[in-house]
Amino acid sequence: MEKRVTFKGIWLPLLLVLPQLVVTAVFFFYPAGQAVYQSLFIPDPFGLSMKWVGLGNFEYLLGNSYYRASFVTTAVFSTLVTVVSMGVALYLAVLADRLIKGSGVYRTLLIWPYAVAPAVAGVLWLFMFNTRVGVVTWYLGVLGYDWNHVLNGEEAMGLVVVASAWGRISYNFLFFLAALQAIPRSVVEAAAIDGARFWTRFRTIVWPLLSPTTFFLLVVNIVYAFFETFGVIHTITGGGPQQSTTILVYKVFSDGFVAQDLGSSAAQSVILLVIVGALTIVQFKFIERRVHY
Amino acid sequence: MAGVDSGMVEKRGLGRWMTHLGLIIGLLFIFFPIWLAFVASTVTQPEIVKPPMPLLPGGHFFENYRRALVSGVNAPVAWMMLNSLIMALGIALGKIVISLLSAFAIVYFKFPGRRLFFWLIFMTLMLPVEVRIVPTYEVVANFGMLNSYSGLIFPLIASATATFLFRQFFMTVPDELAEAARVDGARPMRFFWDILLPMSRTNIAALFVILFIYGWNQYLWPLLITTDPSMNTIVMGIKQMFPSGDDTADWPVIMATSILAMIPPVIVVISMQKLFIRGLVDSEK
Repeated sequence: MEKRVTFKGIWLPLLLVLPQLVVTAVFFFYPAGQAVYQSLFIPDPFGLSMKWVGLGNFEYLLGNSYYRASFVTTAVFSTLVTVVSMGVALYLAVLADRLIKGSGVYRTLLIWPYAVAPAVAGVLWLFMFNTRVGVVTWYLGVLGYDWNHVLNGEEAMGLVVVASAWGRISYNFLFFLAALQAIPRSVVEAAAIDGARFWTRFRTIVWPLLSPTTFFLLVVNIVYAFFETFGVIHTITGGGPQQSTTILVYKVFSDGFVAQDLGSSAAQSVILLVIVGALTIVQFKFIERRVHY
Repeated sequence: MAGVDSGMVEKRGLGRWMTHLGLIIGLLFIFFPIWLAFVASTVTQPEIVKPPMPLLPGGHFFENYRRALVSGVNAPVAWMMLNSLIMALGIALGKIVISLLSAFAIVYFKFPGRRLFFWLIFMTLMLPVEVRIVPTYEVVANFGMLNSYSGLIFPLIASATATFLFRQFFMTVPDELAEAARVDGARPMRFFWDILLPMSRTNIAALFVILFIYGWNQYLWPLLITTDPSMNTIVMGIKQMFPSGDDTADWPVIMATSILAMIPPVIVVISMQKLFIRGLVDSEK
């Protein structure tokens, strides 16, 4: 798509794009290039020289059981976060859509978690499930369940999933509600007059009409779970216990900054880069297709 | 009656109450963590460390919040909030300004390298800062921008989401407007300033809401580059308040800080709700 009417001039437009060009060159392309470059070397322990290893870092990573475990952890984590947050959001959106009056009030209240930073959400949930002072931990104890996410990897995973999904409900809710409200009432009413019950109507009419939104949210939520949940994991578990909540982004951080293993961290960045690239392409392809609807 | 209820689309009686009940259960799930944090910020430390803590607010609201704001744990929280505010405003305004200018250039001019530039910024859509974190840190360190506002702000405005949004919007602006401006002999910047900018007001505001929250809620980046407590932002500063080792955390102050950390973005979202939802749906679709 191009504008029919354009202004003349060469220097002015170049001047206009200059600020963005400089900022992205310095803080985006150069670091991204560095990541690719560093991934091909191993620095000596004093950081004085770099040794070319080709794809050695990648080979090492893919053969490393911790790194492969981190892939599995990421897959489990992002699947659970996506399913939980989208499930709860869809449930709430369907209910809010049924209301003729008052859905605005619920919407205003349900938006809240969007404004809460993942790291803050992490602190809130950590406080509830804290092994010493947590309220939920205490009541679980009364019921005879000994909650300890510091030692139990599955409980740690459960906690970071719930905290991450919690922060994402608003976002998914807004998109689902908008999509539901865009479905013509007459279609649903016609089915109702034909005697279709709520569940039948949902399954045969509403759900198929929601599928573009559902698919879009699926991609966006996976990206969220991959990258934006760092704050949740860092505040609640720090990747533990025994790396059971170390997702890929967390490992880039802990290998690069905590363990100072720059070559490996850079190689991990490149692998993530490929994953995000693939997800972005899926997303854009999908949006293109959606235009034709 | 269930039969009548399921046959009708508009809910009355029992069905409506069940709908409200379902939504209220959802609200409880959403608000319980926030409520508990608020309660914890109004009671004393002994009340918290001897579980179960009370579920209703206590009488130490002012004391705890004053303690957090004025002294905090490592740095006064008021100071951290100021840092967050500067960072969030810097990111939101900086990104809006450079994106408006470059989108204007891309849409309204034919200049050499336009296509290349377009694809370059397109590529930035794909990489969140988390992915290129180590080399970006090195760049910022080499510039001596650790523990500085520019170090907090610039790496996070290096992406083109906003440019795309403005480009899309400018494409919908009728050609006649630019034509008329050209016939009148108006200079491009006059057209930009007098016509395009006023027309973009709602888009700018919607984007501002989203970028402000994005900036305010940053965690990993400030965590890496602000080693000096006086440069900490509030969102990353909360974690720093937890003692390392076995000491007991100062829960009332930490939870007061958590509440303070969510107040500005919540106010922005709620007060600009319509714009926010519009901006969200526009920018993501």
